Amino acid sequence: MYMNPCLFSDARRGFLKKSASVAALYFTPSVLVKTFAADAIVPLPIAKEKLKFMLNGKPVSLEIDARTTMLNLLREQIGYTGTKKGCEMGQCGACTIHVNGKRLKSCTQLALNHQNNQITTIEGLAKGDQLHPMQAAFLKNDAFQCGYCTSGQIMSAVTCVREGKATSRASIQGYMDTNICRCGAYQNIVDAIVEVAKSGAKI
Amino acid sequence: MNNIDLHKHNTNSYKINFEDERVDGADKVTGKAIYTAEYNLPNMAYGVFVTSSIAKGTIKNMDTAKALASPGVLDVIYYANCPKVPGYLTNAAERPKNVSEWRGHKVLYDNQVRFFGQPIALIVADSLENANAAIRLVRAEYESQAFETNFDLVRKDASKLKGTVAYKRGTENAFKTASAFIEAEYAIPAEVHLPMEMHATIAFWEGEDKVTLYDKTQGPKSTQTTVARTFGLLDKNVRVIAENVGGGFGSGLRSWANVPAALIAAKKLNRPVKIVLTRPQMFSLVGYRPQSWQKIGIGADASGRFIGISHEAISGTSRYEDFREGIVNVSKFLYACDNVDTKYSLLPLDMSTPVWMRGPGEATGSYGLESAIDELSYQLKMDPIDLRLKNFTSVNPENKLPFSDNNLKDCYAYGKEKIGWKNRPTTPGTLKENGWLIGYGMANGVFGAGKGSASVRALLNKEGKLTLECAVSDMGPGTTTSMTIIAAAAMQMPIEKIKFKLGDSDLPPGPSQGGSGTTSTVGSAVDLACTTLKQNLKDLAIKLVPAFAILKSEAVEVKNEMVLAIADPNIKITIVDLLQLSPDKQIDLTIASTGKTAEQLKFTSNSFSSHYVKLAVNPKDGTIKILQVVTTGDAGKIISPKTARSQMIGGVVGGIGMALTEQLEMDHVSGQIINASFGAYHVPLHSQIPPTDVWFVNKPDVNMNSIGAKGIGEIALIGFAAAVTNAVYNATGKRVRDLPITPAKLGFKGKV
Repeated sequence: MYMNPCLFSDARRGFLKKSASVAALYFTPSVLVKTFAADAIVPLPIAKEKLKFMLNGKPVSLEIDARTTMLNLLREQIGYTGTKKGCEMGQCGACTIHVNGKRLKSCTQLALNHQNNQITTIEGLAKGDQLHPMQAAFLKNDAFQCGYCTSGQIMSAVTCVREGKATSRASIQGYMDTNICRCGAYQNIVDAIVEVAKSGAKI
Repeated sequence: MNNIDLHKHNTNSYKINFEDERVDGADKVTGKAIYTAEYNLPNMAYGVFVTSSIAKGTIKNMDTAKALASPGVLDVIYYANCPKVPGYLTNAAERPKNVSEWRGHKVLYDNQVRFFGQPIALIVADSLENANAAIRLVRAEYESQAFETNFDLVRKDASKLKGTVAYKRGTENAFKTASAFIEAEYAIPAEVHLPMEMHATIAFWEGEDKVTLYDKTQGPKSTQTTVARTFGLLDKNVRVIAENVGGGFGSGLRSWANVPAALIAAKKLNRPVKIVLTRPQMFSLVGYRPQSWQKIGIGADASGRFIGISHEAISGTSRYEDFREGIVNVSKFLYACDNVDTKYSLLPLDMSTPVWMRGPGEATGSYGLESAIDELSYQLKMDPIDLRLKNFTSVNPENKLPFSDNNLKDCYAYGKEKIGWKNRPTTPGTLKENGWLIGYGMANGVFGAGKGSASVRALLNKEGKLTLECAVSDMGPGTTTSMTIIAAAAMQMPIEKIKFKLGDSDLPPGPSQGGSGTTSTVGSAVDLACTTLKQNLKDLAIKLVPAFAILKSEAVEVKNEMVLAIADPNIKITIVDLLQLSPDKQIDLTIASTGKTAEQLKFTSNSFSSHYVKLAVNPKDGTIKILQVVTTGDAGKIISPKTARSQMIGGVVGGIGMALTEQLEMDHVSGQIINASFGAYHVPLHSQIPPTDVWFVNKPDVNMNSIGAKGIGEIALIGFAAAVTNAVYNATGKRVRDLPITPAKLGFKGKV
């Protein structure tokens, strides 16, 4: 049975006695706030929820803390650390995964929202010892330095080609603006995507 | 717990094209490369910081009861219950002999708040979710004090400055006597490193006085020393592992609050503790490039010869620690000039401590100097490249030593041609393409090329495979790849038979990865280890193989996995066969490579760069579009052309951010950073990056080290921001002297 989890549900987050004082925490210039409005929140035990989904083609079934993001579930509990944590604010793209074939930033997603979904992570791209064409193109074009944003760049790059957005360098750049690379490998990343798009390989 | 496999060894079986690809590249494109936060130890707990909501003051009371009662919370550690840390003792007499005082903010130690967002407590819980949920349950009462965070305002009060260092050669302010001179002020806001991997530490006490750390650090040995000195441990009882480092740009050059906090918590709770900073904490807890102000005066005679350079600078630091860098250094030696004076002061503010950020002070200083030279060129009506050529020097005018090599002239020739310099308008604001104003700009960069000490272990096993080890780290430039290439060249053997291991303080000591020194320092050590190994192989052959017995070692060579007589290639033995004959069946040696030799010290060594930019400015709204970049580097022999090119491209991207988008913004009413996210602090994105052409002089610097290679990490960025600002002036006739350049600063007002 699947219940849509709500981030602000009382049962899962503790309930607010004085919602006004909590709001003040956000809206008052913090220099004036001498104390946190912590009195307002009474912690309650967190219920475990059942979750089933397909991960890289294999069924996963587990009980999780309802507050767990898909990113933290993958990294901290399942041990799939290829998906990276870069900001937890949906701004950097390091955590990009595919959900039912579409790219999604896994840090913005509660895992429970993905009941029965098909999840693909960077670990699911290669077939055995055979790199995915986009992985091979990243390697060949040196499309990374430290490698930390790379998983997310590759996941976005794959959907970029798949969704027909790799029609020009400008179009690729626009699509890929969701993925930050602080080492600055952008030019090589676009080179890799152009190469895969031109090859016509089915990805 | 002692049975834990501390290394999660990568087990990729993917084929790599060893001639042309990063040796560790397959791990990175498949997600198998393991970074610090990705180790999961049995019974590991999660630590998260509660941070201050004032900029300065005293915590009068901290109520942790509700947090402690929250599900899964194991402890809330703060000043009132923090176990004693020997290195936190301020009185030297109280500290044991093997303990040094912790440098910087002593996290969880006292009730003082020194900057907004300072960690004031550490919540430790059995899951990340439970730890995060308890953050808002900690109640702190503060007594606030007046604070200063406004650099622009406070720097004008000379009494607030400290640590002034002055330098003078020839006559002070000589530039004012020149027939043409300019005097101008340049400002750079604080900028933040923001590597994609957030700083993280996992601490795991294996015993009362023995600890293992997984830490995001650019220097496993440096972190080992810091931890050993702070906690009063033997070096050998502190192991620091950093197998993969997801960027750093300087932020990993010292240990920050997450390191002692994880150690304290893991000890107190007697279980492994993992702390991963949040992205907003990456803005305030792991350093930044300090905000700076510079005044530069530069004058030349009618021929363009520099008469005098005066360079004054102020940069911000924290109230509790002095951080200084080489802002005024470049002005002393890059160009021939008899009269140079510099002055550099610090301005303490109620912020956290800055740290070297890529290019460090030299990037700041070069922005000023290279902008000023550009300004002077217009006054002289002289091409800015010609002006630099006029003042070229092959002798460092500061220390009077000859440069070991200086090929800037070759860089000028290449860059000029490739960017299309002949199309540059000599009168600014006069060239248009497709309705946009077009400008060309160039600027130089320079950075010291050092060679420090490092040790390398070489293990040649009975299968003829070579493993090299050094406790350096690789934050992205491709150190693993370039060290493997150096060894392959020295041993004349295939790259795929060589493995270079790094990122573990248990390996032979190596430097921190910083200051563009890794390739020179560790590369020289790898080269020496291979030379020693070859000598051992020759000696073995002469001793054990009858056909070699009459030969002197000079008559023997090692190549293609064989030992051969140079004069008679029929006298040969494979390395594998030779090792079979030897008593140990393998060779295992460790060498120590030292700094520069007396011969090398007769020179002064630098890497140089010269950057060229063509850009367009929309005359209607001031939008700046960089159209083309040519970046040239003079860094001796380029060991790994592919990764070196990537480093230069990365420097350009960093330079574009510095010139056009990056700025740490403070609210001076509350003293807090107000743009601590990628959404509000703008690093360059895909669509902002133009086609970039990279060129290297690629000439071995034989006076520098045995491998002829110098560093490129810093010069890739140093000077680039000035190339952009100079091009903007060339396009528009408007000189912006405070970064980043925005349409507003060009005089365009956005729609309200």
